[in-house]
Amino acid sequence: MTPLPPEFSDWFANRGWSIHPHQKEMLDRAQDPSLLLIAPTGGGKTLSGFLPSLIELADGAHEGLHTLYVSPLKALASDIKRNLRTPVEEMDLPIRIEDRTGDTSYTQKRRQRADPPHILLTTPESLALLTSYEDAPKIFKGLQRVIVDEIHALEESKRGDQLMLALGRLQTLAPNLRRVGLSATVEDPKAIAHSLACHPEPCDILYADPGPDPDIQMLTTEEHPPWAGGGAAYAIPAVLEEVKKHKTTLIFHNTRAQAELFFHNLWLANTDDLPIGIHHGALDRSQREKVEAAMVSGDLRAIVCTGSLDLGIDWGDVDLVIQIGAPKNVKRLVQRIGRANHRYNAPSKALMVPANRFEVVECLAALDAVKEHDLDGDPKGPGPRDVLCQHILIAACVGPFSADALYQEVTSVGAYSALTRAEFDDCLEFCATGGYALRAYDKWKRLLEKDGHWQLRDPRAARNIRMNIGTIQDTDTLKVKFKNAYKPIGEIEEGFAATLTPGDTFLIGGQIVRYDGMRELTVQVTRDAAKKPKIATFMGTKFATSTQLQHRILRKLQTGNWSNYPQHTTDWLTLQTRHSQLPEADRILVESFAHDARPHTVFYGFAGRNAMQTLGLLLTQRMEEQGLGPLGFVATDYATMIWSVSPVTDPAPLFEPQGLRDGLDTWLSGNAVMKKTFRASATIAGLIERNSPQARKTGRQATFSSDILYDTLHKYDPNHLMMQITREEAMRGLVDFGRIEEMLDRTQGRVDHIALSRVSPLAAPLLLEVGRVAVHGEGREQLMEKEAAALMEASGLNQIDTSPSKPRWRVGF
Amino acid sequence: MNTHHVFEFNGATFWALAEGALWWPSQKLLCVSDLHLGKSDRIARRSGRMLPPYETEATLDRLGNLVSRLAPSTIICLGDSFDDLDAALGLSEEHKARITTLQAGRTWIWVEGNHDPGPIDIGGDHKAEVMVEGLTFRHIAAPYANAEVSGHYHPKCRLQTGSSRPAFLINDSRIVLPAFGTYTGGLRASDSALKTLMGPNATAILTGKKALAVPMAATT
Repeated sequence: MTPLPPEFSDWFANRGWSIHPHQKEMLDRAQDPSLLLIAPTGGGKTLSGFLPSLIELADGAHEGLHTLYVSPLKALASDIKRNLRTPVEEMDLPIRIEDRTGDTSYTQKRRQRADPPHILLTTPESLALLTSYEDAPKIFKGLQRVIVDEIHALEESKRGDQLMLALGRLQTLAPNLRRVGLSATVEDPKAIAHSLACHPEPCDILYADPGPDPDIQMLTTEEHPPWAGGGAAYAIPAVLEEVKKHKTTLIFHNTRAQAELFFHNLWLANTDDLPIGIHHGALDRSQREKVEAAMVSGDLRAIVCTGSLDLGIDWGDVDLVIQIGAPKNVKRLVQRIGRANHRYNAPSKALMVPANRFEVVECLAALDAVKEHDLDGDPKGPGPRDVLCQHILIAACVGPFSADALYQEVTSVGAYSALTRAEFDDCLEFCATGGYALRAYDKWKRLLEKDGHWQLRDPRAARNIRMNIGTIQDTDTLKVKFKNAYKPIGEIEEGFAATLTPGDTFLIGGQIVRYDGMRELTVQVTRDAAKKPKIATFMGTKFATSTQLQHRILRKLQTGNWSNYPQHTTDWLTLQTRHSQLPEADRILVESFAHDARPHTVFYGFAGRNAMQTLGLLLTQRMEEQGLGPLGFVATDYATMIWSVSPVTDPAPLFEPQGLRDGLDTWLSGNAVMKKTFRASATIAGLIERNSPQARKTGRQATFSSDILYDTLHKYDPNHLMMQITREEAMRGLVDFGRIEEMLDRTQGRVDHIALSRVSPLAAPLLLEVGRVAVHGEGREQLMEKEAAALMEASGLNQIDTSPSKPRWRVGF
Repeated sequence: MNTHHVFEFNGATFWALAEGALWWPSQKLLCVSDLHLGKSDRIARRSGRMLPPYETEATLDRLGNLVSRLAPSTIICLGDSFDDLDAALGLSEEHKARITTLQAGRTWIWVEGNHDPGPIDIGGDHKAEVMVEGLTFRHIAAPYANAEVSGHYHPKCRLQTGSSRPAFLINDSRIVLPAFGTYTGGLRASDSALKTLMGPNATAILTGKKALAVPMAATT
């Protein structure tokens, strides 16, 4: 038992607070080597992490860094700094608290290395950078505690793996280091504890009172949801009514495009001029900060947002959360609902708004899951080796290291505890020589072994390695600016920008803008008075619906189960039964019809967006072999639609499992998903450098696509480490073949093919889906030839005879 | 097999091969530009990054295929054949031997480029530029040249229906070749440098599975 020192109990009493049971328990177990706290939002989670540090530091005896706080968001680090200052100042504690993120000034950063504060607040990337400096051993030698906030969010990505490797390093520098993790409610706390622990030491889990169950419902509207689309415009009046009834409402969307559209429509209908803001990751930082500040001060009644507000501490007085569109994932839905939990121990209030009739079913399925506390999630695989390669390079930046010691350290990290020495050596070899079968770089090795220690051949290389630290993939985005404006409004993906022609209008930051052209890699726009943008969307993150939720949806779709459904949904499902049939969990439904004079085929696989995308790639390949001339496909969470020159007449053989697996082996290796994955992993592992705007600007001829590297490795060194990593990553990430196997397993070759005269009620939404993928096969080749011929014809160039116009003479050589 | 585009230039017939090389049937002359052999070696030497060291192999493989198919009597490498002069020196014995084999029984001309501005210790003739039947072969297009074949810019372009591909650019007075080397990027044909050079009536010939001719102005 650690009694609360009098000054602390007085402080609590003065504020009229009493210490929460989990805060007390965290204090009692402050000496545990590792400890994980699972607590809902608003439960004083952060203070429970810091309380032991504040007490240990209260006597002013500790010199140098005592506690390191790591959070996934820069904003969170600066927020915590503000919040921690209150107790520190009010109790007059001799504690210095500073943050260190990508935004911290150069001089401040240098000073922090020479004279670290007692408590340093940072992000995984800034920490990794800090551990790469020669003076890292000095900075961290007195470190006592590390607090990892929102660990559940870090756990879902490679940022978590990088952080845990950095903690392994810190443990070597400061053997008495104690670790604390703070997490929201998750489906598998043990998995997070395993990651956090210094292997093989244990990490116990504490559970705070989860509070009462949320009050969650589907929003009932006068108007019916449309057949298709993701805008949920029909629900605008009802949503506005709810906003009026509450203090602050968060309106969550799954994509930026949907958030933009909804915000635009909401604004047009906002006759009462309620203060409403928009917040998403593609908006400029200063714009986002403005909205955040307005929210904290209670100036906004509603914020239309995306996952960008999934994390963060108390955002003002949020008393209602509205989820627009299908939730896709129950765990994230529950965490979002928790945002409306400003008062601890009051139920969070949430409403779900399906954007179309199909999503009604998904919302109903998610409601059941929330009520049954049935969270979803996929087990995490072993620690990714591209992150390990970066970690080895970071280690080399510090100075010479012993491979044995580094291997020991790496295997103390949960995710890498099963890493074999051979696997480690492969990564080391990759960092040192490139690891190619053709040993071409003996002269230009990156790392050299001298007297049993590895070091950089050229110490100046450390600078480049440091510049490439991190695992976040910045997609190639371009800033969007008004003409003559200094500050950008936001950014769009380069791929989207490439599709724009001057005069096109699109939505960004809640306003309609007209594309004027490109200038020095910024997109120049002007305000446009149009009511509707010409280009409906730009890409944002798209999640795949979880396996568990898909199963619930398939069960929900079955007839006889529709008693509590809205009438319009029942009508729609009935219509589908009349025209075609409903998909079943143990069969694959295939519908064929002509649309715009082209044969279309829809495959209802219910395997989640990524797997359905892969299925699209595999099926179009098989159709190519059969000479059907597939031209393109589009995938959603529940179906893949393919259009082609010739119609599909017998789909069952397409699903023959061995054929699909072979197709994956031979053909997938050459496709765009693998190349995209390769680029991400090769950047993390340090094979290629981040595509900086500067490089893009100056080196257009000199730089070449990483696709070429992939193709070359694939042909000349197919078993190279990077190819192994790419394959592993793709299989569990974008390719998601596991879920295709799951689909094949539950359907066992039972395929129902229905030929229709026109699109079915269930297939209609697919015709409006964005994210169409073109297939570059024989069909496309024919179209390109036609286009080229038509262009030549139209220009009259094919009439021009390039006859000799110059005198001819002959010169030998 | 219609994998090349046939066109008339300066009174002679040429083929723009889908592989990105120029073939002059009556002269049995094959011209390739911007091979950039030894690029991965140069990158490792200069930046410490170790890219897959197979691009010289891959480029020679593709060149070898063309040579055995067409049996040219003359081969012109139109500059930037080596990523720099050290890269030429650093070529492995095996690759040097392969080049010697390719050179056997035919005229082989290395035109100098900005990356390889000087004689190289490998067989073949070395020239700043060369003339054949009134046609000037040089690395970088000269501003007011006529009847000229050049490289250097690595032009590429795309159609609405496809992805970006290396391309030949052709007008009345010049031909600009795409880069043949494996590790080569490209400059969009819509770039102002190429637009100015080629004028409004140029034709682009996209390489890839088939050579596709389109008005250059219609590409992006």
